[in-house]
Amino acid sequence: MIAEKYPEEIKGILARFPNKKSAVLPLMHLAQHEYGYMSDEAMREVAGILDLDPTHVLSIAGFYTLYYEEPVGKYVLEICNDLACALRGADEFVEMASDTLGIPVDGTTEDGLFTLKTVMCLGACDKAPMLQCNLRFEENLDKEKFEQLLVRLREAADSGPAEPGVVQKVTSYAVRK
Amino acid sequence: MANLLLRHRDIPDLHKIDVYQKHGGYEGLKKALSISPQDVISIVRDSGLRGRGGAGFPAGVKWGFIPKGEGEKYVVINTDESETGTFKDRELSEYNPHQVIEGAIIAAYAIGARTIYNYFRGEFMDAAYAMEEAVQDAYKAGFLGERIMDSDFSCDFYCHYGAGAYICGEETALINSLQGELGQPWSKPPFPAVEGLYKKPTVVNNTETLANVPLILVNGSDWYKGMGTAQSAGVKIVCMSGHVEKPGNYEVELGVTYRQLLELAGGMKDGKKFKALLPSGGSGPVITESALDAPLTYEGLTEHGSVMGSASVIVMDEDTDMVWAALKMIHFFKHESCGKCTPCREGTFWMERLLHRIYEGHGTMQDVQTLENVANQISGRTLCALGEFAVNPVLSTIKHFPQEYRAKVKEAVPA
Repeated sequence: MIAEKYPEEIKGILARFPNKKSAVLPLMHLAQHEYGYMSDEAMREVAGILDLDPTHVLSIAGFYTLYYEEPVGKYVLEICNDLACALRGADEFVEMASDTLGIPVDGTTEDGLFTLKTVMCLGACDKAPMLQCNLRFEENLDKEKFEQLLVRLREAADSGPAEPGVVQKVTSYAVRK
Repeated sequence: MANLLLRHRDIPDLHKIDVYQKHGGYEGLKKALSISPQDVISIVRDSGLRGRGGAGFPAGVKWGFIPKGEGEKYVVINTDESETGTFKDRELSEYNPHQVIEGAIIAAYAIGARTIYNYFRGEFMDAAYAMEEAVQDAYKAGFLGERIMDSDFSCDFYCHYGAGAYICGEETALINSLQGELGQPWSKPPFPAVEGLYKKPTVVNNTETLANVPLILVNGSDWYKGMGTAQSAGVKIVCMSGHVEKPGNYEVELGVTYRQLLELAGGMKDGKKFKALLPSGGSGPVITESALDAPLTYEGLTEHGSVMGSASVIVMDEDTDMVWAALKMIHFFKHESCGKCTPCREGTFWMERLLHRIYEGHGTMQDVQTLENVANQISGRTLCALGEFAVNPVLSTIKHFPQEYRAKVKEAVPA
């Protein structure tokens, strides 16, 4: 339960707004970080904290692309293949990534480690090909760097939870002030 | 000329508050607090600073629309940078965050707001630590919080993270998103200046726009007006991407030509020939060689049927398939259409299907006509600009490169 695990963070987030509803995106970021995707339970939990109808949280999850409504791998590799990146080889990069991982776009590897997705512009067009891995940017990539990234991620997965995730780090600022 | 916005490229560690202050940081705020809010608005209005998100609305005029007197008001920073080919606000936020924060505090003082929200796109969380750190440092140094710099002015600053929706860059959609609703725009009026966030008067400014403000306060409006052109004053960050040797952000005085921008970015990649460029990410009509000597100004591309917009220049070389490029862009707009109004939701869907069929070689000339027809039916009939943007890559590529469309459909019809 995020309410029990992050009480101070949630309090800090709620204090930023004159109404509770505004906290729905930050709390969903936190819930997804905790559960890996927006499960029905996760959505009900966020709705409960904010006194919202769970269907409102469901509609938010459907509207915004960063929330996953289905389970995903431990690492979600989201490659931008929008026009600006595609002009610098992003489509070929997606193909290479798909072959290397042995999964199609939107697929997840059997070991549950990697999900591959293509996404719209991430605002890093000058560093294409690039991808976002659990909200962290990996830029100026090629086949070799992609393979190195996979090795790094596999090692990190083996050694258990290491550094805090991006969402956790950003959320911590709601408390520090 | 030294960079004014991308100053971090000349000054190492500018994201640190002591370094920022050593280089004149928060002097603009000090100046602002020493004069009346109305005088601050006048200085910014007289400087000629216009919105850098793309719409080009004069910043000081926008601030002037906020009703005077008591009552809650808000400043919202638009860092939902999601236009294809745009990556300037991310660099500013990550490497020169204090200049954005200072500009926003000045805006808040000018309109009488005591709360600032910085709406980041959720994908920028990784880059947001610098902004969050800078906000904390600004609080500690007394530039945020109660009685700022011992004045009667108090103001809070909160970063907020979106969750992946291009449409939230549209100011009313952004406000809805910040209120915990779907990020869908509303039909204006009411304008945010009258009824914005939580139904209160609200100014929404682009990150880059606000980064100009501290320097304008320090150096005066005449100094700022002295740069750029009469209608488009000052400096602009241009995002160069696609087929150029050195993609990246370039800060220039408004008024340089697109040809000069290409040179700045190291020229065409691999020595290829230039074919076309999108001057405003995906949302502005494509331009060709004949428009390259036009100036980078808000009105500079009007006679070429295009716009400067956010100055996100996507360059394409001679080998680029323009039908493919149009399909890429329409795929983007179909994905990002918020679904609220029918012409945009249905129109982008059908445009993508038609373009896909043409691109795959299964189309006919009738499909190209239908494509144009659908585009023309969207134009002028949507709630916000997204629908207008979506037709631009389609109609402009058909206009400038009809032969490429013809070649695609010809292939499908056996002679």
